[in-house]
Amino acid sequence: MGLISAVSSLANPARFAAFATKALPWLAGLSAALLAVGLYMALFVAPADYQQGETVRIMFLHVPSAWLGMMAYVIMAVASIGVLVWRHPVADVSAKAAAPLGAAFTFLALATGSLWGKPMWGTWWVWDARLTSFLILFLMYLGLMALRSAMEEPSRAAKACAILTLVGSVNIPIIKFSVDWWNTLHQPASVIRAGKPTMDPSILTPLLICAIAFTVLFVTLHLAGMRTELVRRRLRTLRITTASAALAPEPAE
Amino acid sequence: MRSAHAALFTRDLALARGGGAGLGVVFFLLVVTLTPFAVGPDLALLRRIGPAILWLGALLATLLGLDRLLQADHEDGSLDLIALAPAGLETMVATKILAHWVTTGLPLVIAAPLFGVMLDLSPDALGRVALALALGTPAMASLGAVGAALTVGLRRGGLLVPVLILPLAIPVLIFGVSASAEGAEAGGALTVLAGLALGYAVLGPFSAAAALRALRD
Repeated sequence: MGLISAVSSLANPARFAAFATKALPWLAGLSAALLAVGLYMALFVAPADYQQGETVRIMFLHVPSAWLGMMAYVIMAVASIGVLVWRHPVADVSAKAAAPLGAAFTFLALATGSLWGKPMWGTWWVWDARLTSFLILFLMYLGLMALRSAMEEPSRAAKACAILTLVGSVNIPIIKFSVDWWNTLHQPASVIRAGKPTMDPSILTPLLICAIAFTVLFVTLHLAGMRTELVRRRLRTLRITTASAALAPEPAE
Repeated sequence: MRSAHAALFTRDLALARGGGAGLGVVFFLLVVTLTPFAVGPDLALLRRIGPAILWLGALLATLLGLDRLLQADHEDGSLDLIALAPAGLETMVATKILAHWVTTGLPLVIAAPLFGVMLDLSPDALGRVALALALGTPAMASLGAVGAALTVGLRRGGLLVPVLILPLAIPVLIFGVSASAEGAEAGGALTVLAGLALGYAVLGPFSAAAALRALRD
């Protein structure tokens, strides 16, 4: 009960901003420390793969980026329900701050995947089902951000983006399924698929630490983005009130 | 007295008769015409990629009229009347989608076999493409209505709709092209395409109506 009331008290934008200001330095420090440990283990401690050699280390950046690219969309979908059902301003702030982060991590996953693909598949890009699905996810993030930037009024942008996010989240499983189906139909011969060996702890542990480090980094950036957005909105309201006060004799609108 | 739906439907058809409906087919023909210039006039190649060309052309052509689907009604105020009509906004939007499909999607379906002949498709393939397009274009219209409703009143709406809608339309394209192709998968793909069309026929009007309500708040 105490936890629930503590969390719901954060729904107040002012209290949320105060919490974010307090929590951010700690989270930033934690993510820096975790990243340092994770990257050290990934780059120096983890053994090179007997088949893929040193290139396997790209995985330690690739997998967490991909995981966050997907998690950001889930956060946006949950926040969108918050926007449409409870009409809560902080939910929209969260959805808005998550979109560029999700796009960035999705792009990182695509870029690292491409860099990894060059030595493994012999080409920068293959129309592999997972790569293609991620490319579509990236395009959906860009579409959402474009829709958001096309609307000046935050409350309208909030609802429009929430609807589009939810339509997208209904579609994502369909897209994933259809891309998988399409890919099995046109399975390219050039892709050498290594089986899926069970992961050795010497690789799994750094991977998990990297995943946690990236997640904490995401939470840090997300909180910072949300705080900035709250300030930006307060500034906008202030500007509008000053402007309408200057025009006081005339009725607003 | 006519029902609100019938009134809206006949009004949209009458408005479309004023022009613009044929433009989509002309654009479709242009895409089909441009492809041989891009890949070369090799009939064997064109026959192989013919269904894909027809699908891409139809997909792009359905995007053409979307920015006017609700924008024109928003500008002349009939969107407010539609919202005030004695019928659910969802079914009114569905009626608009149906009218939009009849005036822009159906001509593409009818033109596709004709253009397919130019790509040297076999009679069988022509029938399959037309059937698949008959299922796929309504799905596209439903999805497109969501994009149109989200961008009503925006200055940059015209360019935004394709960016929002095309990623969501990928399943329709995948199963549409597969249903048009020869092979054992075609039948299954056609059923999935029909399922997608039915699903989007529900998702589209509801989301578009929600977006229009958000606009009016």
